[in-house]
Amino acid sequence: MNMLLVWPILLPMLTAVATVLCRADARRAHWMALGGATVHLGAAVVLLVVVIEQRFLVGRMGDWPAPFGIALVADYFSAVMVLITAVIQTTVTVYSRQDIDADMVRAGYYPFMQVLTGAVCGAFLTGDLFNLYVWFEVMLMASFGLLVMGRRLSQLTGGIKYVTLNLIATLLFLAAIGLLYGMTGTLNMADLHGKVALVENSALLTATSMMLMVAFGIKAALFPLFFWMPAAYPALPAAVAAFFSGLLSKVGVYALIRMFTLVFTNDIGFTHTVLLGVAGFTMLFGVLSAAAQMEMRRILSFHIISQIGYMVLGLALLTPLALAGAIIYMLHNILAKANLFLVSGLVRRVGGSYHLERVGGLYHTHGLISIGFLISAFALAGMPPLTGFWAKLLVIRASLDSFQYAMAILAALVGLLTLFSMVKIWTEVFWKPSPAPVREAVPQHPGASGPLWMLVPVLVLAGLILVLGLFMEPMIRFAELAAWQLLEPADYVKAVLGGDKP
Amino acid sequence: MEGVLAVLTGLIFAASIYLMLSGVLVKFVFGFALASNAANLLIFTAGRLEHHRPPLIPMGATALSEPAANALPQAMILTAIVIGFAMLTFLLVLLYRTYAETGTLDADDPRLMEEADDDDAQIATLPSEEDKTAAERQAA
Repeated sequence: MNMLLVWPILLPMLTAVATVLCRADARRAHWMALGGATVHLGAAVVLLVVVIEQRFLVGRMGDWPAPFGIALVADYFSAVMVLITAVIQTTVTVYSRQDIDADMVRAGYYPFMQVLTGAVCGAFLTGDLFNLYVWFEVMLMASFGLLVMGRRLSQLTGGIKYVTLNLIATLLFLAAIGLLYGMTGTLNMADLHGKVALVENSALLTATSMMLMVAFGIKAALFPLFFWMPAAYPALPAAVAAFFSGLLSKVGVYALIRMFTLVFTNDIGFTHTVLLGVAGFTMLFGVLSAAAQMEMRRILSFHIISQIGYMVLGLALLTPLALAGAIIYMLHNILAKANLFLVSGLVRRVGGSYHLERVGGLYHTHGLISIGFLISAFALAGMPPLTGFWAKLLVIRASLDSFQYAMAILAALVGLLTLFSMVKIWTEVFWKPSPAPVREAVPQHPGASGPLWMLVPVLVLAGLILVLGLFMEPMIRFAELAAWQLLEPADYVKAVLGGDKP
Repeated sequence: MEGVLAVLTGLIFAASIYLMLSGVLVKFVFGFALASNAANLLIFTAGRLEHHRPPLIPMGATALSEPAANALPQAMILTAIVIGFAMLTFLLVLLYRTYAETGTLDADDPRLMEEADDDDAQIATLPSEEDKTAAERQAA
């Protein structure tokens, strides 16, 4: 039974090895990666089904008893995150067929993506803080490789910002681990939950929690630590940008939610108030910066930041409804954001540019792309009945319940500004007549569909957003259960440490 | 001993933060190298220090006699050193490439503010062996 927890990590690593071996043949490498991704998707589905049945799944590596060995733990939250990772990985792999050229495949595009996927799943599934650090580093290393793979100048300069800030986050994380270990003598998260309450030096504990908050905040691109993101993401190929934007920053949010529900609930008055303020500023600054941009990928990058604010807002409020909202927000945002980046790659391919001024008229020429964009963009902005509407509704409702009226108003306002940005892209790229006849002279993919390998994933994700939005009720019920597990960690602790511990 | 190490850790962290804030990316590398050592030292000290008492069960005894040294922080440091080294090498190569392309490593230099544009040129790569032989053949 324990092996179920290992497969989502092991399968991508095995596929990585396989794709290294045949990276000279781009087509075969693609089929290999696609096969691995599909099996991974299956493993993630099985994991979620079993976790729904059994509520917790704990794997003690090497059968060492829990606080001493490394434990892999899946609760509702981590299992559903693994599943969404697999969904994004599969669609992005399909998309890569036409988006990633043979040069990049030879440079090791597929192995890096697979290792990245394995590391993301590892970060979601681990129950040990030091192990989380290791997964973060594996993730960083793979993302570094992907970041500079295209050898563009903007990738180097964006890469410097990404690398330096993330290395600082790494150091803070490591130092915080050292301090936490010194205080409690354990790094198992479930064990930490109990041991942290026994620490007498509460000032040092709060300081350590702030170090972790900054470390995860850099990874999640919170205000004021987000500057690496708009520099690095627009320099990436669309497929990589979609994967990064969907998952990498969300791993930071996941770590924040995990640590600040399970371990650091000793000083809620301080830590969660900080998170609340940070969430507000993150939402506002992200969306305002996006409004000033005219390049599609830069607009989308700034919107990642503002959307992260909603998730952290859900965590800061720390009520069951707010956390359920944060979880649904994460799932919705991963789908919508990844899909928008995929659409931006399509627009570049058929329209010739990422700049809003230089493209136009795609609604006439490429109807299916417009549908894919429309659904994802309006989901992001929070139009009913799409997923974003429900996610925003839950978070805003939760802030009203907690008497955080300013936050509720801010969240609604940011939603409106998001709509403004999305409508801007819509009118510029899809509605306005095509500005440059020069561009039309070299259409790379004539016809209404465009490149099929790139179009199908976009439509699949858009369909998923639509279906999830229409049948939201089971998802909300699931998210409420997941939030309940997070807020009542006693069951989690019992599941990991065994029944004999209090 | 713990006090000395604590002060030392603080000093190294201070020096590394000073270097990282200098705005010159080469100094950032040195700062990063120092800081990762400081973090390792921090873990080492936080694990409590014991002299001459390895965590080995003496012959004939059935349990460890307290106090004994803690082996776990050392295992963690070992992992962290390897990871830190990998990061450092990547950072060095990244900065080297950037310097080769832009001619600067000053963080305030506008050449490092290059923004992504879909029209931006790929960096010219070194000619491959095939290109070279082809060129030689042409020259001949």
